Amino acid sequence: MMEIVQLVAAWTLPLLIAFIPAYALIFKKVPVYETFIDGAKGGLPTIIKIMPHLVGMLVAVSVFRESGALELLINALNPLLIPLGVPPEFLPMALLRSISGSGSMAIMTDIFQTHGPDSFLGKLASTMQGASDTTLYVLTVYFGSVGIRNARYAVKVGLLADLASVAASLFIVHMLFAN
Amino acid sequence: MINGIWVFLLVSGILVAAINGRMDVVTEAVLNGAKQGVVVCLGLLSIMVFWLGLMRIADSAGLVQSLAKVIHPLARFLYPSVPKNHPAMGSIVANMSANFLGLGSAATPLGLKAMRELQELNPDKERASDAMCTLLAINTSGLTIIPATVIGLRMQYNSSNPTEIVICTIFATFLSTTIAVLLDRFYRARDRRKGGRPR
Repeated sequence: MMEIVQLVAAWTLPLLIAFIPAYALIFKKVPVYETFIDGAKGGLPTIIKIMPHLVGMLVAVSVFRESGALELLINALNPLLIPLGVPPEFLPMALLRSISGSGSMAIMTDIFQTHGPDSFLGKLASTMQGASDTTLYVLTVYFGSVGIRNARYAVKVGLLADLASVAASLFIVHMLFAN
Repeated sequence: MINGIWVFLLVSGILVAAINGRMDVVTEAVLNGAKQGVVVCLGLLSIMVFWLGLMRIADSAGLVQSLAKVIHPLARFLYPSVPKNHPAMGSIVANMSANFLGLGSAATPLGLKAMRELQELNPDKERASDAMCTLLAINTSGLTIIPATVIGLRMQYNSSNPTEIVICTIFATFLSTTIAVLLDRFYRARDRRKGGRPR
């Protein structure tokens, strides 16, 4: 199982990158290089639109985390969550997952280092990191790139889905690997 | 809501720093956050340029359209407002496939391409359309089958079984994506009832 997944993970991208231009050139006579350049041109304008959004959001996240406000929130929530089977070490990661992908990734590696990737906590962190994406980042980048100002209910849906993914991760890891 | 979150993060952070007498941390956090924003953008830029180029080739060769046909019923169900042969459908399907395979670096450029094409269909350019909200809901809930980055990190930390968490991840991601889609539908319907313009 592990070898197969590893193999798939390592091969998918290179195979795709080889297959697409080869197929296009041989079977469809597409002028692949010119077509590539033409499409690639679209990259820069998109990034220029995203940059202010990302800078604004990451500054806010960074201030919230570095000032100790995140820690305060975690300490306040812990008494409520420990009875529900949420380990205290896991809470910072669950809270950060929605607002900072690199932040939750950093906490996950920290958990791997102190408790090991095969510990209950390590499995829980792995599951949650893989099962969800950074809502605030996706929202900022996706809507920012086309200039949407009114996100309607999208923020609410994204954050509630994150909550669902934390709950689902806790449930399944408790079910399969209860210690 | 995003305005509220932004102000909350900034103001509560600065207040806490003030109470703890650590104002110097704030200045540093602002600089670091801004720098990180630019660094992330530059990282995204390189991937974006490459994938948009590659996808243009796939598009010209008709590959995106063939892929779209395979996942079509699911995509029709999720995005009823997008016309059948609109290019947005192809990008949505490509974005979904990249997410499935855990190709995060490929998923974002494809998702942004889909966003741009959905914007063409959107009558109010500053207000998110129904389809845009759905695209966002699916991407934020991170529908993945192979969580490649996590598996890689587990290997790096000498896990005895790095792929052990794949089943858990699939369970959790399917559940949360289903809930995201249901919530998206629920709030869309509510929006309509409250007099929001259907779209």
